[in-house]
This record gives sequence, C-alpha cells and structure tokens, in this order.
Amino acid sequence: MSSAHTLRRFRRDGRVVIVGASLAGLRAAEALRGEGFTGSLTMIGDELGEPYDRPPLSKQVLTGWVPADGTTLPRRRGIDAEWLLGVPADGLDLAADQVRLADGRRIPFDRMLIATGVRARPWPVEAEAALDGVFVVRTREDAAGLQRAIAAGPSRVLIIGAGFTGSEIASVCRERGLPVTVAELGPAPLVGGLGAMIGEVAADMQRAHGVDLRCGVKVTRLEGDAQGRLRRAHFSDGGTVDAEVAVVALGGIRNTEWLRDSGLAVGVWGVACDAGCRAFDLNGLVTDDIFVAGDVARSPNPIYEYRFISLEHWANAVEQAEIAAHNMVSTQADRWPHLSIPAFWSIQFGVNIKSVGVPTYADEVVVAQGSVSDRRFVAAYGYQGRVTAAVSFNNAKWLDHYRRLIETAAPFPPPCPTPDQPADAKPVPVDFPGPTLLAQGATVVVTGHDPGERRVTVMRQHR
Amino acid sequence: MTTTERPDTLRRILDHSSRADPYPLYAELRRTPVALQEDGSYVISTYRELTGILHDPRLSSDVRNLARPMAAVEGRATPSFINLDPPEHDRLRRLAMRHFGPPHTPGLVSGMEPGLTATVSGLIDGFADEQRIDIVDEFAYPFPVTVICRLLGVPREDEPRFHVWVNAIIESIDYDPRTDPQEKLDNGVQATKDLREYLGGLLEVRHGHPGDDLLTRLANDDGPDGRMTDEEIISTANLLLIAGHETTVNLIANGMLTLLRHPEVLRRLRAEPGLVVPLVEELLRYEPPVQIIPWRAAYSDITVGDTVIPKGSQIMLMLASGSRDPDRFEDPDRFAPDRQDNQHLGFGSGVHLCFGGPLARLETQIALTGLVRRLERPGLVADPPPYRPSPVLRGPLHLHVEQG
Repeated sequence: MSSAHTLRRFRRDGRVVIVGASLAGLRAAEALRGEGFTGSLTMIGDELGEPYDRPPLSKQVLTGWVPADGTTLPRRRGIDAEWLLGVPADGLDLAADQVRLADGRRIPFDRMLIATGVRARPWPVEAEAALDGVFVVRTREDAAGLQRAIAAGPSRVLIIGAGFTGSEIASVCRERGLPVTVAELGPAPLVGGLGAMIGEVAADMQRAHGVDLRCGVKVTRLEGDAQGRLRRAHFSDGGTVDAEVAVVALGGIRNTEWLRDSGLAVGVWGVACDAGCRAFDLNGLVTDDIFVAGDVARSPNPIYEYRFISLEHWANAVEQAEIAAHNMVSTQADRWPHLSIPAFWSIQFGVNIKSVGVPTYADEVVVAQGSVSDRRFVAAYGYQGRVTAAVSFNNAKWLDHYRRLIETAAPFPPPCPTPDQPADAKPVPVDFPGPTLLAQGATVVVTGHDPGERRVTVMRQHR
Repeated sequence: MTTTERPDTLRRILDHSSRADPYPLYAELRRTPVALQEDGSYVISTYRELTGILHDPRLSSDVRNLARPMAAVEGRATPSFINLDPPEHDRLRRLAMRHFGPPHTPGLVSGMEPGLTATVSGLIDGFADEQRIDIVDEFAYPFPVTVICRLLGVPREDEPRFHVWVNAIIESIDYDPRTDPQEKLDNGVQATKDLREYLGGLLEVRHGHPGDDLLTRLANDDGPDGRMTDEEIISTANLLLIAGHETTVNLIANGMLTLLRHPEVLRRLRAEPGLVVPLVEELLRYEPPVQIIPWRAAYSDITVGDTVIPKGSQIMLMLASGSRDPDRFEDPDRFAPDRQDNQHLGFGSGVHLCFGGPLARLETQIALTGLVRRLERPGLVADPPPYRPSPVLRGPLHLHVEQG
C-alpha cells in the first residue's frame, strides 16, 4: 500500500488524540479540521471546562476588569471533537498506540499530539503553600482566588519571584494602591529573561511605582497564624515582612511526568521534537505519529544554531499547533518546519514590553533607539557579532524591523544610525545569571556497544 | 533589482492622463521593486519591500535629511508630526492623541456616530429630489469638512477661505521643478503661511478657556509630556485640518464610484449593512485616497532587497501599488468586499500609521451606507469621471450621478 494511500485514508477516517485542552490543543484541533481532516478527534484535558486564554489572568482578571471565567478562547471553527475533560492523561503506550487516562481508560489513536503545557511551580514547603493567602497563578481558579484576595484590600502583598508573571502582578497590585513587596533571588526583576541591563530598568520602574523590591534574597519561610492564615515571610538576609497575601511566581514545571515510561525523549525541559513538531524517542530518533506543540515542546531552532529551545509564549503555542496539525496530515515532502522568530509581550507599570528573538541567546546588548530614562526604547541583542533578539519598551512598532535583522543574520551592533539613536549607544555585556541556576543532573545513560544495540535509558534521579 | 531601464513609468503615473487608471502602470513598476530614477531618487512599489521600509527606523520622514533640499519645504515653519522622526514625532503625536483616542479619550470617535449620521442625512435630504447630483461637491466634500471643523473648533462658515489655501497646498505637495511652474510652489508656500496665520488667530482666543474642541484642549492641556507650544499646536491643527478632510473626500468619492461600477455589491450593501465594515477596508486597498508617499529620506544607508539606498536619497513609496501586489493579495485587481486577510497599506504602516484612520473609517462607513440606502437607482453619468490633479491624493474632481 502506498504511503499516499495510507495518508488519504488517515485524513478521511483516522483517529487523532490531542492531550492537553488549552491554547495549543484547541488551535491544533481547529487547524486539523481546517486542513480537511474528517476522522475522529479526541481532546483530553485535566481541567474541567472549555479551553481558555491565560495571558489576561495576570492582567485584566486581577484588576477585576474581566472575570476569570470570561477568558474562554474564541473558536475559529467547529472541531467536532469528543471531549474527555477533568481526567489527566497518565501514560502513553507507544507499542499499542494508546493513551492511558488516570481513571484507567485507554484511548487508541493513529496519531497523537502532546500539548500538556506547564503548571505553576508550587511553594516547595507543602504546609506553607497550604496557608490561606498563598497563591500561584496559572489556572483561572488561581486567578479568581487571587483576584478576590486582592479586592479584599490586604495590608500587604508579597510576590515571590520577579519574572514576567510576578512583575505583572506587582504592577496590578500597585495600580490598586496595595503595598507590595517583591522578593527576587536574582539581582533584578526580569533578569533571567532579558539580562542585567534591562533588569536594572525594570528595577527602577518597580521602585518608581512604590514597590518594596528586594533582590538577591530568598524567601526562607512563610509563617501562618493559628487559623492557618499567612502572616509573615522570612528572608535569607534575616529580614521579615508582614503580608496577608503571597503570590508564588517561580515559573512553571512542564507537564511531562505522565510520559516518563513512554520511551519518548522527555525530561524537565520538555518533550524534544524536530522543527516539524515530531517527537523524538529516547534514543533521539524521530517518531512518525507523535507530535508536540506549545509550552511543553522543545525543538531545535536553525536560527539559533539548531539549539533545542522551549518557549512559554502564546504565539509559539499557536504556531506550533498549526505546524503540528499540518504535518500530521501531510506527506514527508509537504511537511513544514516551524521557523518563526519567537515573540512575546508583557504589560507592567504602564509600559508595554515586547520582545522578538531569543534574548538569552546573546552576549551583548545595546540601546539602539530611544531613551532608557524615558522608558521608551528598543534594545538589540547580539551574539558573536550578529543580531539575535530585540526588546522594546513602549516602542513596539519597530520590532518588525528587528525581526528581519534576526532573520537575515544582520551584523551586531546594527551599523546604520537612526534619527532616534542615543548618542552614547555602546554595546554592553548582556550578563545573565550564571549557569549553576540552569544546571540539571543527567537524565539518561547510554548502553550497548554495536550500532544495532546502542540505546538510551532513563535515570530515575531527576526531579 | 535596481534599474533605470523604465524611468518613464513613474513619469507616466504622475501624468494627469493616467489618473483614472494608474493600476496597470503600478504593475509595470512592480517589475522593479526598488527602482532608481534618473534624478537619484528611489521608487518602491512592492508590498513586502514597502512594509519592510515602513518599519525601518532608518527611513526618515523629515525632508531636512535629504541630501538635495526639497524645494517645497523652503519657507515652511515648524514641521507637523507627519514630517518628523522619533522621538519628536512620538512626543507630538502622543500629545495630540491624548485628546483623540484611547487611553485618555476613549470613545471619542464612536461617540461621534450620531452626529455623523445626522450630517449625512442632512446632506442627502438636500439633494434627494434632484435628478442629477455631484457626489463630490454636494456630499463627499462638505461631509468631512463639517466633521473636522466641528472636531477642531474651526468655524464651518470659514470654509470658503481655507478651501483656497488647502487646494493650493495640496497642489504643491507633489511639486516637481522639472515640469511644474514656480507659481504652483509659491502659491503653496503662501497658502501655508495664510492657513497658519488663520489657525493662529483661532488659537489665540482659546488659552485659558476650557472647552471641548481639539484646539482648546491642546491649548490648555498639561500631560506627562508637558504642553505643546503654540507653534506646535498650529502645525498639528494645520495637519489635522488638511488630512482630516482632503483624504476622506477621495475615499468616499472613490467608494461611491466603485459601488456604481459594481451594482451587485451596491445592492448587497443595501440588504446587508454590516458588509460596510470589510467593504471600506477593501476600498482602502483597492482605491486608496493616498496613493503615494512622495518624500521620505534615507537617514543612513538602507538595504531593501538587494539594493542599497544611499544616505540622503529621496524615497517614494507607492502605497497603492503595494496594495495591488499579486504576491501579497489574491486576485488583487478584483474588488472583493468581504476579502479576508486584508492587511492593506491604505493608512500606511509603522509609527506614521494614519492618525485619523478610525475617524475616516467611520465617516466612510456612514457615508456609503447612507448613500446606497437613500439614492434610488443611482447611475454614473461619466465613467471615468474627471479627476483632481494630484497623483498623491487621488480622487474624482466631480462624480455626477443620475437618479432614475
């Protein structure tokens, strides 16, 4: 039987299972139908309810402007799917082509998409995490709870972690006039994503808006009262702060544990796949029928020396979903690579922050346009003499230009002046926190000697 | 990519005899996306190259950055923000935007809807019984003029005075020393002075008087960026007055002409008023009122495609050509009122994206809906109609319509 014939049959009455019913899962399902797939489609999700949008959860929802349940994702077309919601997937049997659910059901498929995303990293001490007033923000229940807590007018809000989510929440709280303390282990807010120079700008911004910003400190203990309500936090420098609400914004954990025994290339960094969203197995071989999209995917990007990159960006989830869906129903010759330049945005303290490219893939940064003191500028990032990323503060309309500079490997620093180039524009080292923050233990070992028997197996020590 | 092999294409586009249908000439132009002209200027005509350069921070809107000074700027005072670069452009535009749109003045444009509808109805009432009407003189011109006068705080009855000046200014925008008499330029320079003096007079009495029109608000506002100087207010008002009606008149007239040429779409619009929203977008692509941005300057060397445009060069952006580029739009010469993915260049793109776009859209939507609902079996008297002189702001001089 020809592969074209098999593909035609699959497009007509094949079975697709999508695990993960959020942005990437939904957009992939819509794209599959858009591509003419008429077979059966099953959506598996651990949350109840329809897929919803997450960016507003740390913004409009917290201000109370949009209710938490008001962020349902708009549908682009009917997808005629069977929805299995409220039950997480628990395992993947590649030999039998089945997804196993936590309630024991087994769902067969011809092709499947992994779009399980990330979950919030919880406060590590369970008893402290359970205190009344301690929140994470990932789901809409989280956001609704935090919104209520903020609306009640707490005496102080403590935000643990000054990445994008933490900074956005600090901004919303200040907008509402609440006293806010932000505790960040790194030297400045946003420094992990955007480096030291922008981190300094972000720190100034927070302080100018009355945030009690404490950098280089760790929260060592959350203290509750007899009723189990949060009262106080203790810091590694010996300081304390009294707060009724604490928001744990320490990033995410990729939802990959359910795939641990699947034989796929899976770890704390996500599910590895090729640029066409096809998952790799443990040995680094590409699979034919397993695809990955969204926050949980980790794929090589040719623009960045084919390094494997995973991104928690809205646009990335949509693009990968569409690429994965297309490739699922296409022959080898018609498959598309995911080659778009990453982009994300944030709004905090009245400033629109937008980024293109991968700022962490850089050794130098320069203010290319505008003025840092006005908080209206574009900073260009470079790696070994070429432009690799750009970040704008209240200046997003120029980013298309920088996207093209990245795509065309333009020289860094950009040599041609613009009318709004600062007179003293000099590249400075980008300075990200050291690699020890990123180091992980080995996750696999290689066994065997002959080419036919060399295989990879998982080590069980990793968190 | 660069060539001078067809230096005559642009010349033919600028020639008045091509005004009724410049589109085949744009197609000819697009064969050379970046075309070096004999005088050292560069003409850009394809969609991707146009959007690229419109987002390029090295493209300057300030003609003082041209290596060869432009005749038409001499004698002109403080440039308005359309002719400035960041950060000055951004500051002035932001100061003006405070009173025109979100976040500080949300709902201004949508709040104008009842007034716009009443104005449209009034104008149509005036000619509803006439056998033959001129859509330009009796409708497409007076409507936006009334609107911008009210918004800015310019007395409507002064229209005959500023009409003469605005005409002279528009005529001088595309002044070409090789073909145009010096008189055309002199008239434009003098008219700019007269209009500024007139607006200065209006501004003078507004200081210290709280009020709702834009001139009064600009005169009394202190935002985080401070206050505009009187010179800056006059330049801004000058820009908004001219751009606020000279473009919309053409958009409405081009729109009605297009509907008369596509009677099935006209009938559809009557039955399906919601169609007007995508239809106006398609008009902005298919028959845009601003066809050309005639003078931009290369602030430093700019690479477009394979061509390096040297610092100081004059750059002409053929927006209307980009919006008909078959590499970007499917079947671009077809008028498709419900076209999807219609990212046209009708309002430009980038930091200079048309300030008045939201108002122009609403005006045209209400104007066209009103016309097709109220005019019974309208028929075009002359096709093509006579055109105004300018190739830059292109539109019919008259649009005679007969009601059957």
